[in-house]
Amino acid sequence: MGAIPEATTVDPRPGSAPSPAPPRIGVLALQGSFALHAAALRRLGIEAVEVRRAAALAGLDGLIIPGGESSTMLKFLLEEDLFDPLLAFHRAGGALYGTCAGAILLARTVENPAQESLGVLDIEIQRNGYGRQLESHVGACSCSELGEPDLPLVMIRGPVISETGPRVEVLAEWRGQPAFVREGRVLATTFHPELTDDTRIHAYFVEIAAEAR
Amino acid sequence: MSTEFRLKTGLADMLKGGAIMDVTNAEQARIAEDAGAVSVMALERVPADIRRDGGVARMSSPEKIREIIESVSIPVMAKVRIGHFVEAQILQQMGVDFVDESEVLTPADEENHIDKHSFEVPFVCGCRNLGEALRRIGEGAALIRTKGEAGSGNIVEAVRHLRQIGNELRRLTILTDDELMSAAKELRAPYEIVRMVARDGRLPVPNFAAGGVATPADAALCMQLGAESVFVGSGIFKSTDPEQRAKAIVKAVTHYRDPAMLVEVSMGLGEPMRGLDIATMPEEELLQTRGN
Repeated sequence: MGAIPEATTVDPRPGSAPSPAPPRIGVLALQGSFALHAAALRRLGIEAVEVRRAAALAGLDGLIIPGGESSTMLKFLLEEDLFDPLLAFHRAGGALYGTCAGAILLARTVENPAQESLGVLDIEIQRNGYGRQLESHVGACSCSELGEPDLPLVMIRGPVISETGPRVEVLAEWRGQPAFVREGRVLATTFHPELTDDTRIHAYFVEIAAEAR
Repeated sequence: MSTEFRLKTGLADMLKGGAIMDVTNAEQARIAEDAGAVSVMALERVPADIRRDGGVARMSSPEKIREIIESVSIPVMAKVRIGHFVEAQILQQMGVDFVDESEVLTPADEENHIDKHSFEVPFVCGCRNLGEALRRIGEGAALIRTKGEAGSGNIVEAVRHLRQIGNELRRLTILTDDELMSAAKELRAPYEIVRMVARDGRLPVPNFAAGGVATPADAALCMQLGAESVFVGSGIFKSTDPEQRAKAIVKAVTHYRDPAMLVEVSMGLGEPMRGLDIATMPEEELLQTRGN
């Protein structure tokens, strides 16, 4: 992987008022690419909190649900009393960002096969929408919200967003389908920015979490 | 890192912090998925049975692999014999998500491993030390696991291999640049990869544990020793209560640093598989010495 770009947040200009403390961000660390998300946040100057139990949500402004196996993470949410605390975190104003498996857990409806989900993002999503590992691929998608260059896109057994509700903004598309969406304080990508050196989506999420608090 | 290789290690990244379970049929695969496994490994017999029955252990039949692929939504891995690139071609054609070129099966080639760069499907390979790990990475493996001693129910060899790799990694990081060629010679590993590992202080691919995991405590031990996920072979389906034990091992991998959770998940599991004392086993019965 190439050079790590300069951090794009927390940039107090000389002479301006000191910037406020950065928001507190957690990464759901039950399984999957949580350490890679924490590393991306570290490049932005943020030390993420690893969340394995509900008590760790206290005091956070935002939470990233990483890539991994959504069926595995869902079992933890249901059996270890994390499902309702995550919903409460959302209701209380916390920002959420899900990548791949994380997007599946945030969705209103999950298909292929159907499974339970938090339902805080008004999308319908198909698990393994492109197929198996041999259909995993890379690309780049344009995103006017985040500007040039295009966002690098790494899709690992990725899901496909097959429907979006009226309040959902589509920030980037891939192969004609939404790949990066936002509904208020909830973000989701079907791809994995944590597998690249581009931290713009993480920086965007940090801003949303800062506004949310 | 090439695009293709990033896709291969990317899947391994998604399996981190999870348990990958050996299964021989669709029913076992569903039990593993329901317990929260991140992936299942298809093989014709679990290692403890291979050890007991003897004979030649081969890739699982395509019918069984198809049946397992169709029964679960999580990624499916399957084992091929060391050097048996045609078994690997068959698995890739069937859409298997990860191929394990495994010492648990009877080797097909006693000199060469598969050229894994020539495949689109990612490979995992076993190792006992850093040299083996780097040779396998040089051949194109996207994921490394310890060999341990499969089918033994004894964690001692996986611990030895994890400690060995960690120790050799740390040693490399204190060498000066002009000492690295000699280190590569001693490790019998590609110089470019040795240089990369010395600079980064870690392997360029994820590193999981395997071989002898029988209890939640065994799984957490491997994680605390630096493994990023755990493969469980005979440990699940050779125990008296596979469902409960599978769930407990999944939870132990996530909560590996939380003793209170480890107490909770270790209770009410019935009997673990019977273990073997590796120190008293004849050399020729060891699986870990295959494919160096």
